[in-house]
This record gives sequence, structure tokens and C-alpha cells, in this order.
Amino acid sequence: MTPAAAASTSSRVSKTSTHAGQLTIKGLVKEYRPGTPVLRGINLHIEGTGLTAIIGPSGTGKSTIIRCINRLVDPTSGEIWLDVAGERIDMAKQSGAALRRCRRHIGMVFQEYNLVERLTVMENLLTGRLGYVSAWAAWRRRFTPQDFARAYALLKTVGLEAFSNQRADALSGGQRQRVGIARALMQEPSLLLADEPTSSLDPKSSVDIMELLREQGLKQGIPVVVNMHDVELARRFADRIVGMTSGHVVFDGPPEALTDDVLQRIYGGQGWIA
Amino acid sequence: MTSAHRAAPAEKLQTQVQAFAWTTTAKLIALAVAGYSLWVLVHIDITAERLATGLAQGIKFVSRMFPPDVSKMDILWAGISESLEIAVLATVVGVSISLPLGLLAARNLMPGPVSVAARGVIALARSLHPVIKAILFVKAVGFGPLAGILALSVASVGFIGKLFADAIEEISPKQVEAVRATGASFMNVVIFGVLPQVLARFVGFATYQLDSNLRNSTMVGIVGAGGIGGALFAAFQRFDYDFVFTILATIVVIIVVGELVVNAVRKALDV
Repeated sequence: MTPAAAASTSSRVSKTSTHAGQLTIKGLVKEYRPGTPVLRGINLHIEGTGLTAIIGPSGTGKSTIIRCINRLVDPTSGEIWLDVAGERIDMAKQSGAALRRCRRHIGMVFQEYNLVERLTVMENLLTGRLGYVSAWAAWRRRFTPQDFARAYALLKTVGLEAFSNQRADALSGGQRQRVGIARALMQEPSLLLADEPTSSLDPKSSVDIMELLREQGLKQGIPVVVNMHDVELARRFADRIVGMTSGHVVFDGPPEALTDDVLQRIYGGQGWIA
Repeated sequence: MTSAHRAAPAEKLQTQVQAFAWTTTAKLIALAVAGYSLWVLVHIDITAERLATGLAQGIKFVSRMFPPDVSKMDILWAGISESLEIAVLATVVGVSISLPLGLLAARNLMPGPVSVAARGVIALARSLHPVIKAILFVKAVGFGPLAGILALSVASVGFIGKLFADAIEEISPKQVEAVRATGASFMNVVIFGVLPQVLARFVGFATYQLDSNLRNSTMVGIVGAGGIGGALFAAFQRFDYDFVFTILATIVVIIVVGELVVNAVRKALDV
């Protein structure tokens, strides 16, 4: 076998072997209104553990990419291949019950936490297991002992073990976001998505939340994809930065490669770069 | 320069007048309402003489109420307790039907045709006055409290169903989105994402409806659908105004006490 053939074989093998959360986006296009695409053909491959930060100006489609992956938004065209439960699945093609089964493996953290305000912290965590229980069991709050054990363990991880019976609306912003992360981790996700998780938080809470996302991604051995506005925070916590401008990826590399020139290409202008 | 200076205050005055001016349409509507009211007053012949006769009869009527008749307490309590039973049962039945029907009627959860159909049913349930519903049910199932319970149950569905559907349409979609993102089924999204947001308001609507049904249950008896209304109507027919007074006073007390209890329940449940 020639070296070239060996290389091609090994690359084919690595492509077909499944790594939880391995994500390949091909030619992703999204038009909310026909003729005005928000995403103009996104190609992205993310695998292994590590935190990928997507940065770019407002309205450039960062949020749309994240939401296309778990199909809270339906893409117009393109493929979104994801390894879930040992299978390679095109999320763009899923619908109905199959889509819901796939969603169980994708955790999501939201900018405004999106906790169910009138439920307790514990109930919000158990929401992460709703994909596995019947409506009758959900109504009676009958989850498995393992679910409860995991919930208490995660509450301890995020430092909120004393708050399990408090209603979510009694918590501060930073605490709510930690509940949001714990809820996503309750799903035992293959991929963790976060849509501007720190944009509603103060600087210290923002750092805490980024640390938690990074640390939990490594601990669970899954990729973490985070949209963010704060370039410094992205530099500090990301293993890889994807820069977007008007629906295109214009930068993809390690934080060290994110020079002022690149930032200017992503955001335009230069007066804002200190 | 000087002319511009002088023109400024005049312009200001003009804008002020324009800002609060009546439009021609508003003037026409006001004129029409005033004109019609005047015409009615003339048309139905309300004269000073008519008012005087009315007043004299009113005084006679009120004087015949005293002293109130407290000798027929057994009839009174039988009627009152039946009214309470009608009110409570109609509220329980009406609210139980409203919960699923309200969910079906919420346009943010259901596909168009389903919500249109459910809203149609609710509108139909609300369209007729409870007295007319009571008459219909008396004709359909015969005299007695069953007709009253059915009439007020339908009325309850008409009100609670609509309020509940509207409440669901006002919920935060973000909380629902987060529950959907976990892969939850539609029913589980409803149970964990929708109901927690509206349950408190739903309990509030139910207590209002109990209050309203208490009042209506004293009235359906007038058309033979059970409750104290029957005794009240009979007393009017026999000119037993002293017993009429006792019944009316009891109803007032029941309604006031009922409202206090309902308020206490609302406070206790924090809704």
C-alpha cells in the first residue's frame, strides 16, 4: 500500500468512526425571508472535546447556526451531520419523533436562561430528562432514581445544592444560568450548544459560566459550541474561534491567530479595537 | 425677524387647539347618541306624572317587605343549599372541560383549524345568556337542578375556556423553546413548559367563575332550573314581599360571604 493510499484509508476510517458530538455542517443556508439569506453556505467541522467560540457582529447568523443544529430553526438547505447515540445523522433531514429523539442528545444553554420560572430548580433540571418519560410520568414528576441522583450531583457541581426546592424566579442571573447549564447536562448530551450564555450577566458571572462550560465539556468529553459577543472572553476560554461576517465564515483558527487584522475583517472598522 | 417672533406664539396656540380637537366623526357620533337618547325619552313617554305613580308604588312595595317573613326557613334553606350545589358542581364540570378546550383553542400551540374549531365551540358556549341556556336545558332535560347545572357548566366553559386560551397565548415562548430543545414530546412540553406558566391564572379564573356561578345559580330557578330562584319567583307571584325580602337578604349575604371565601382562597394560593 502506498503512503497516499494508507492516508486516504485512515482518513476514511476516521470519518466513519463515531465520536460523540462530531459535527459536520455542509453548505448550510438559511433564509427567513426568501431571497435574503442570513447564512450563505456555512461549512464547519467540529469534533473532539474543546470549546469552539463563534464570534461576529449582531445579526450575522451566529444564533441561527446554533438553532439550526438542534432544529429550533429549520434550515433552508444544507446538511448538518451529527454523531448521536453511535449513529451519524443529518439533523437537517429529521422531523417528528425522530427529530425529538435526536434533540435529546443536544444540550442547549440560552442567553436569557429560559428556565421555566414557576418551576423549582429541581423540576427545571428534570426537564432535561423529558425526552425519556411519558406524559403521565411527567405529570406525576416520576423520574428514575438515576435521574434524581444525577440532578443532585449536577446541582452540587454548579454549586446550587441548597437551592433544589427554590423556584427558578427566585435566583439571580448567574445562578439561573448555572441551572440552565445543569439542565442541559441532565440530557447527557453528545454536544453542548450555548447561545450567548453570558450576554445577560455581569463580568464575574460571565467568567464563572465560561469556566463551567469549558470544564463540563472536558469532563463529559463532548464538544461545546458557544456564540458570543465578548471577544476577550472568547480568547480566554476558547480552543478554537470561528469568526463570521454577513452569513459567511471569515476566520477559523486558534485564539492566538485572532489578530487585530482578523478582528477588523470580522467586525469592520478599527476604532473599537483597543 | 420681528414678524417671525410674533408668529411663534400664535402657531403654538394653534397646535394646542389642534391636538385636542374633536374630529368630525367624533362630533357626529356624540350628536347621534344625544339625539337617540332624547328621542327614546319622548318615545316611551317618561313624564313627571309617570315618575310620581312609579315612586308611590315603589314605596308601597318596599313597605310590604317589612317585617321580613322568617317563618319559612325550611323552604329558604332547601333552595339556598340547592343553589350552592348547582354553583359548585357547574364550576367543577365547566372548569374541567375548559382546561383541555382552552389548550386546543390556543393559536400558539395548535394548528389553525384545531384552534378555530375550539374557539368556535367556546364562542357558542358564551353566546347565549345563562337564563336562555337554562330555559333550553329545562326544555331538554326537564325541570330541576340538572338543567341549572348543565346551563351554568356551559356558561363556565364559555368564559373560562376563552380566558384560559388567551392566557396560554400570552406565555413566554422562550421557556417553551427550552423545553422543546430537550427533545420533549408535545404533551411533555405542555406539562413542563406551558402549564406552569398558566396554572396560577387558571386557578384565578376558576375562582372568579365560582363567584359568578354563585350569583347565576340563584337566578336559574326562576325558569325552573333549580335553586332558590324558584322559591323567589313563587313568592313574587303570591305577593309575599316579606318572604321576598328574606330571600334577597340571604342571597346578598351568601354572595358577600362567597366572595370573601373566594378571595381568601386566592390569597392562600397566591394567584
